[in-house]
Amino acid sequence: MSERHLSATMLALSVAVAVLFCGCQAVREAGTELAKQTGVITEEQAASINRGAQAIEKTWQDLTPEQEYYIGRAVTAQVLQTYPPLDRPQANAYLNLLGQSLAIFSERPETFGGYHFLLLDSDEINAFAGPGGLILVTRGMLRCCQSEDELAAVLAHEICHVAKKHGLSAIKQGRLTEAFTIIAAESAKQSGSEELASLTREFEGSVSDVVMTLTTSGYSRTQEREADAAAVRLLQRAGYPQAAMLTMLRRMDERLADAGGLGFAKTHPSARSRADALRAVIAETEAAPDPVRQQRFAAAMQTVVAAR
Amino acid sequence: MRIRVLAVVVAISAGAAFATSMSVQVRNGKVRATPSQLGRVVATVEYGAVVQAEAPQQGWYRVTTASGQTGWLHESALSKKQIAMRAGTSDAATGVSSDEVALAGKGFNEQVEAKLRADGTLDYTWVDRMAAFEVRADEILRFRTEGNLPGGAQ
Repeated sequence: MSERHLSATMLALSVAVAVLFCGCQAVREAGTELAKQTGVITEEQAASINRGAQAIEKTWQDLTPEQEYYIGRAVTAQVLQTYPPLDRPQANAYLNLLGQSLAIFSERPETFGGYHFLLLDSDEINAFAGPGGLILVTRGMLRCCQSEDELAAVLAHEICHVAKKHGLSAIKQGRLTEAFTIIAAESAKQSGSEELASLTREFEGSVSDVVMTLTTSGYSRTQEREADAAAVRLLQRAGYPQAAMLTMLRRMDERLADAGGLGFAKTHPSARSRADALRAVIAETEAAPDPVRQQRFAAAMQTVVAAR
Repeated sequence: MRIRVLAVVVAISAGAAFATSMSVQVRNGKVRATPSQLGRVVATVEYGAVVQAEAPQQGWYRVTTASGQTGWLHESALSKKQIAMRAGTSDAATGVSSDEVALAGKGFNEQVEAKLRADGTLDYTWVDRMAAFEVRADEILRFRTEGNLPGGAQ
């Protein structure tokens, strides 16, 4: 082996090591540039290495708001296959009025497609935050709340899951790497049928990762705590009593014990442990509910309770 | 040498005095007359549109749109990344490194959704109905006022 050949091999090896183990884009690009200039690899190979490595470095945090939007729509469509919608215009209008009045106080008030809320025809006590802001609430959850303030606490918690993109974090990295690699290699806006088929496969996989987390496995305990803490801050900014969160959790604790660990209980840490964590930051105060809020909440509830 | 120093000084002070370019990262960006989610909408900007943004104040940027309208956009509606619109259009050919660019319209997009619809994999009827639920700013304001919710809206 000639000396030149040996040094070229060493260089190629160090480029490969740099590409594989160095997260720093600048170093990697300098490495591939050097290898290209010395003729170890072609320009096309250098571009391919850089593109491939960039795709591997990308995570769910690199999904664009538009991609988040399409994932959220499909997640919602899939959840609706299991939990049918509750077609009660008055109750849904109230839910959206309350939800959007809260969302404007979120740390992320604007998403690609905005926040929208829908009731589900299910007695299970549950709520789902579709990525991008499509929030679903069961009739069972609504019945669990006894005031607008308590329902506001439920919605605030879900809004905070959306704001923090907790749903997207459930997507397996392998699917994203695959998708980002296809996206990076693709030059035209319209994918060819082969790329489209592969992208659709990764998309469906990503969607089922999120749906699985929302309906079966649940977010991490840390994410739940984060959403609770952020929800309490949101309630305060929106003018609702923070203690409503504790009242809501107490009611849920009672109801979930009756429900035998289904729905929300399956996917969330116990309501009691969540309340205990919150008591460190908020005081439990029992205030008489505002009469106007109570009246409009009761009016909306009436149409829901009568649903069956 | 002196000219070069002068050029640097001019560039730095220009950067401090003038706005930076930011991209709209929501589908319908609403430029508002005041820094509030309930402020009057003075202009709308599309996803990927570039606006000139001044230093943010409590989460709000004062922006100037490409057509010269000024108003406020919330930070959650803006991205420092340049959003390259459709590949193959002039916007996409800017020559910036791909890490700085969010590739809009690629990957998980309407094309993928259309395929799932066509295959009958997913039914989007209620997703579309749900996405059409809109609440106007004046409705939110009235809801808050009537409900005795203290504090001004954001």
